[in-house]
Amino acid sequence: MTNRHAISLKVNGTSYSCDVDARMSLADCLREQLDLTGTHLGCEHGVCGACTVIADGAAIRSCLIFAVQAHKMDITTVEGLAEGENLSPLQEAFRDNHALQCGFCTPGMLTTAEAFLGENPTPTRAEVESAISGNICRCTGYVSIVDAIMDAAARRSGGVSI
Amino acid sequence: MSRRYIGKSVSRLEDQRLLTGEGIYIDDVKLPGMAIMAVLRSPHAHALIKTINLDTARAIEGVIDVFCAADMENDLPTIPLRLAPFDGFERFLQCPIAVNKVRYVGEPIAVVIAEDRYVAEDALELIEIEFDPLSAVTTVDQAFDGQILIHEAAGENMGTRYTVSRGNTKEAFDGAAYTRHERFITNRHGAVPMETRGLIAEFDISKPLLRLHGATKVNFFNRRHLAEAFDMPESSVELIETDVGGGFGARGELYPEDYLVPLASRRTERPVKWIEDRRENLTATNHSRDIICDLEIAATATGEILGMRGTVRGDMGAYVRTNGGVVPSKAAQFLPGPYRVPSFSCDVQFLITNKTPVGTFRGPGRFEANFCRERLLDLMADDLDLDPAELRRRNLMTPADLPYKIGELVPGDTEATLDKGDYPAALDRLLKECRYTDWPTNVPDSDGRARALGIACFIESSAAGPPESANITATSDGTVTIRTGASSVGQGTETGLAQICADYLDIDIARVQVLHGSTTLVKTGGGTFHSRNTVMAGNATRIAADLLKDHAVGIAALRWNCDPENLRYSDGAVYRYNERLSLQELASFSEHRGETLAADAIFDNEKRISYSYGAHAAQVAVDIETGVVEVERYWLTEEIGRALNPALVQGQAVGGVVQGLGGTFLDHFIYDTDGQLLTGSFADYLLPTTSELPEITAIALEDSPSEFNPMGFKGAGEGGIVAVAAAVSNAVSRALRPHGISIKELPITPDRLRNALRDNGN
Repeated sequence: MTNRHAISLKVNGTSYSCDVDARMSLADCLREQLDLTGTHLGCEHGVCGACTVIADGAAIRSCLIFAVQAHKMDITTVEGLAEGENLSPLQEAFRDNHALQCGFCTPGMLTTAEAFLGENPTPTRAEVESAISGNICRCTGYVSIVDAIMDAAARRSGGVSI
Repeated sequence: MSRRYIGKSVSRLEDQRLLTGEGIYIDDVKLPGMAIMAVLRSPHAHALIKTINLDTARAIEGVIDVFCAADMENDLPTIPLRLAPFDGFERFLQCPIAVNKVRYVGEPIAVVIAEDRYVAEDALELIEIEFDPLSAVTTVDQAFDGQILIHEAAGENMGTRYTVSRGNTKEAFDGAAYTRHERFITNRHGAVPMETRGLIAEFDISKPLLRLHGATKVNFFNRRHLAEAFDMPESSVELIETDVGGGFGARGELYPEDYLVPLASRRTERPVKWIEDRRENLTATNHSRDIICDLEIAATATGEILGMRGTVRGDMGAYVRTNGGVVPSKAAQFLPGPYRVPSFSCDVQFLITNKTPVGTFRGPGRFEANFCRERLLDLMADDLDLDPAELRRRNLMTPADLPYKIGELVPGDTEATLDKGDYPAALDRLLKECRYTDWPTNVPDSDGRARALGIACFIESSAAGPPESANITATSDGTVTIRTGASSVGQGTETGLAQICADYLDIDIARVQVLHGSTTLVKTGGGTFHSRNTVMAGNATRIAADLLKDHAVGIAALRWNCDPENLRYSDGAVYRYNERLSLQELASFSEHRGETLAADAIFDNEKRISYSYGAHAAQVAVDIETGVVEVERYWLTEEIGRALNPALVQGQAVGGVVQGLGGTFLDHFIYDTDGQLLTGSFADYLLPTTSELPEITAIALEDSPSEFNPMGFKGAGEGGIVAVAAAVSNAVSRALRPHGISIKELPITPDRLRNALRDNGN
């Protein structure tokens, strides 16, 4: 049953070599092998979005790809968003807009929004709602999350927070 | 005290770690030598277990142990009743692992402990079980007729049944100019937090010690019962709380796994972790809301309510778990709501079926009761040609009616009293916010959509139950630490308690840290449910802070060798004229003397309950062609006494509304006639997303502080959800009134609406 593979991947700027089972998901590899437990598993079938990471610039569900598929990928997880103790503008906007309660969906919201703002730095509210429509939050009712992403877009463009 | 933090939207202490991935949820905890547990669950709703063969599973490399009920040496415990423990329920308690028979899809049958989760799940597939399937009971009618018995020894499927009343309903109905009867149905759905349940047990029989990580909600109650189940002193059982990814009533109750994980650890002599996967979660964690209510109203010709009577039949699922009869009993109790209903009676039935057991979900019974009553009021308004708001105004209790003893509407609950408040004021504020009077009676359909505004009123009890504890300790490193028996399930409890502590001690909030929940922190605790934390733990924190100040003054008096009467506490320090000793210096002085600068407090509200109250309004657009409903705008007012942190209160209200929209339109545990759950994944069990997001205006009112605690707090965690189905259903029904549609059953789905519209010739 064991079918192990050596892979190398870059996570949050650090290069790692891992020896993984063929069937191990990227999420489990990040959490169990690299001890990056900020990536959360909410459903393990690609619906809730909690496990979203940024792989080669795109937001992907780390529960839906195998670790071996991530070979040579450049991955950013929630642990890679802040610079040391300094929160990123997006993280600050989440804090200032009360865009999290229990925090379990938050890593996936942040990574989804980070990738989205990379593609669309000046979104409309409807575009933000659409961008995170695949991420489930049970606490906030989403309004404050949309507020935070709009706020982050304004902060990143040096504009006035709205 | 200073007023820097209380009443302000202070940024949360929790956020830094949760935003950076540094939070520690239960699946993030790794212990040396830890093994992983997985549970084999019943694929049948109702079946006899003829044989179980564990040998093949046991033989897999990496499997440490596999066990089922037959491997248990002693009698297995049963999961206790914590709330609403009505007579009769003792016949329907659940054993942590199925013995000879399974009674719902998802019931634990066998347990695998392995080196990793992949191997554990491989082993589950190799467990061989021979079942003798039985017909399943999947409706309350089937349960009632008792042709198929789920628990044979009980001789019936009626968990219990009682009638509660006040006034004289027969007289009220006999003499009434107007009566109407309707049947309302609320859909089975549940809390479904984003983080599934999970536990890690470390069982060391030699000490003995059972340490259970991943606990929350009611840890001291759970410790008592786990100690009993494992025949250990309470002091040998430790429940440890981690970060928690949402509770909403379901997490932290005693479930089968709270026994199975310790058993697994005891058998293997290793730390054992179990993390529920989502498919398990949807069958293993409590469901809720599954009620059929027949409700009748009697009124004068001018719409003055004379009485209500009805039957509430709750589908309890296969066993009665810790929450006992809370859901149906509260549904019955809250049927009269905020209105003058002189006569009321209700027959309440708790029926056992072959489904997942039910328990509490945010606003248990209230969501259901509000839906039934508010729909009936709107129907009555139409019958009597009265404006719905005017009908409510005529019947809402006024400040002159309060306090009001509601009578014994739950057996044994003789003292329930609605405390003072101004219900009409909360409705009037709502009507003003949604510009109610600007809405024409009949809005013409436009874009193929029918639009209307619907309203609903509610009351919501909060902060009942046992006392809560807090300890505050100042240390020489300058930190002030609050320890409390209350839990945090993600709502911002750490921040709220720190705000109170910082203001009462007059210190910077950055110095305050909050440790919560774990049984190792404090001697006793009440826990977190019923919108308790701010009221109970908040006031315990206040008392502890005041005591700590007294203690600090006493220490300073020793240090200065003077009379404490000459000292005063201010600005985080004790003063003698212009001389100053800070809390930090006093803590250091204490520590050098081998003492601690600390204070313990208990807050007991003697079960005097404050009721939050308010009103909701929904503006909907219903597509006549497709049956799709869009909630365009949503408003609510909620009187909460006093807002500790307005941003957190807003978050509770808005989050509650959207969760309620899910319960109204989407969330639905659908079973087929064999008792199979058809909505067992997030692909089928739909939750609200940003696609369903209305513009929401949530207004917290602070006009009627609670009289039962000096800070004036009332619960603020559930008012956002409890009237959503009521207001939305009234709006949809109003929009579709010209098309002959009236909502009486949840959820409101496009196919149901479309079918009804087609049946009516649309």
